Amino acid sequence: MAEPGTDHKSRRLLFLTFLKIGVCGFGGVAPWARRVIVEERQWLCEQDYAELLGVCSALPGANTVNIAVILGDRYNGVLGSISAVAGLLLMPLLILVGIAALYERFAINVDVSNAVAGAAAATAGLVLGTGLKMIRNLNPDILALASCAAIFVLVGLFQASLALALVGLAAIALVARILMERRTRRGKEPS
Amino acid sequence: MKEALLFEILRRFAGISLVAIGGANAVIPEIHRQIVDHLHWMDDRTFVGLIGVAQTAPGPNVMIVSLIGWHMAGPAGLALATLGMILPSSVLAFGIGRLAHFHTDNAIWRRIKRVLAPLAVGLILASGAVMTRAADHSALPILMTAGMTLLTFRTELNPLVGILAAALIGLCAGRLGIALP
Repeated sequence: MAEPGTDHKSRRLLFLTFLKIGVCGFGGVAPWARRVIVEERQWLCEQDYAELLGVCSALPGANTVNIAVILGDRYNGVLGSISAVAGLLLMPLLILVGIAALYERFAINVDVSNAVAGAAAATAGLVLGTGLKMIRNLNPDILALASCAAIFVLVGLFQASLALALVGLAAIALVARILMERRTRRGKEPS
Repeated sequence: MKEALLFEILRRFAGISLVAIGGANAVIPEIHRQIVDHLHWMDDRTFVGLIGVAQTAPGPNVMIVSLIGWHMAGPAGLALATLGMILPSSVLAFGIGRLAHFHTDNAIWRRIKRVLAPLAVGLILASGAVMTRAADHSALPILMTAGMTLLTFRTELNPLVGILAAALIGLCAGRLGIALP
């Protein structure tokens, strides 16, 4: 059943690529997934990655897990999916257990909590910078920019329900996109 | 007894998996409702504490669920909670991925993807805003967030360098009497 595809990647490579994303992803893996897949490995261009991320955001489950499932399958079938997801989760789970075991002792350490607070501030910047970089590279038209801004305000500033905002805005943007295409098509016709 | 608990862990999180649009973070209130209010597996304080620990570790946001499993039933609990949370949604993603692959020329599908892409970027910025609000309560962390935003936007620098530097600045500031948290 697996689609052989022209771009086959070994299970080992899939495992190691997502292992890196998982290990580096302190404070969230989203910026790292984009960095490794788009910038370092160059498996997808910015547009294709944003579209894949869009589909994965609309599906239930963690975005990066869904990306691992879909890319793993695209490059190496079912076993590719399993390798990618296993790579993504292995180290974070081990580290998590380690932190859980040591937490009681370290949480009260002032140096540790200050260092973690500093890292958290930087991680927030990493996420914001990644979003801005994607906007720049995607070169969005006015409709794309407006929908991006709208969901940012709704979910980021007013803490609206992510699922509701996503479904609602996607429906509005889809209708607007179809109307816009129709108008430009009509505009091109000779009068 | 132990088997019953493990099965219950698997069943609960498998049930939550398919409604978790936006990942585990989006369903934390629902997890809280089931685990704390309904099943009384732990008290409120423990639940909040576990979320704090999960956010310290790297990895996708399913980690909070893994940690609840670990807290309830050790390694087996961790494995089953994680599996329950990711398997149903992953099977769905797998199916959608396959469907998409065979319908790349479909005009409606192409439009849907085009519409979702900028929304995904908006959601990244939104989570950045939420993280900023949680992390920045004084001038120094705000400055570090702004600096890291600029560094990420303008350069190809490895983000680990910035994160480590910020951790070091936080530690030194603390030693100088400027507490960040």
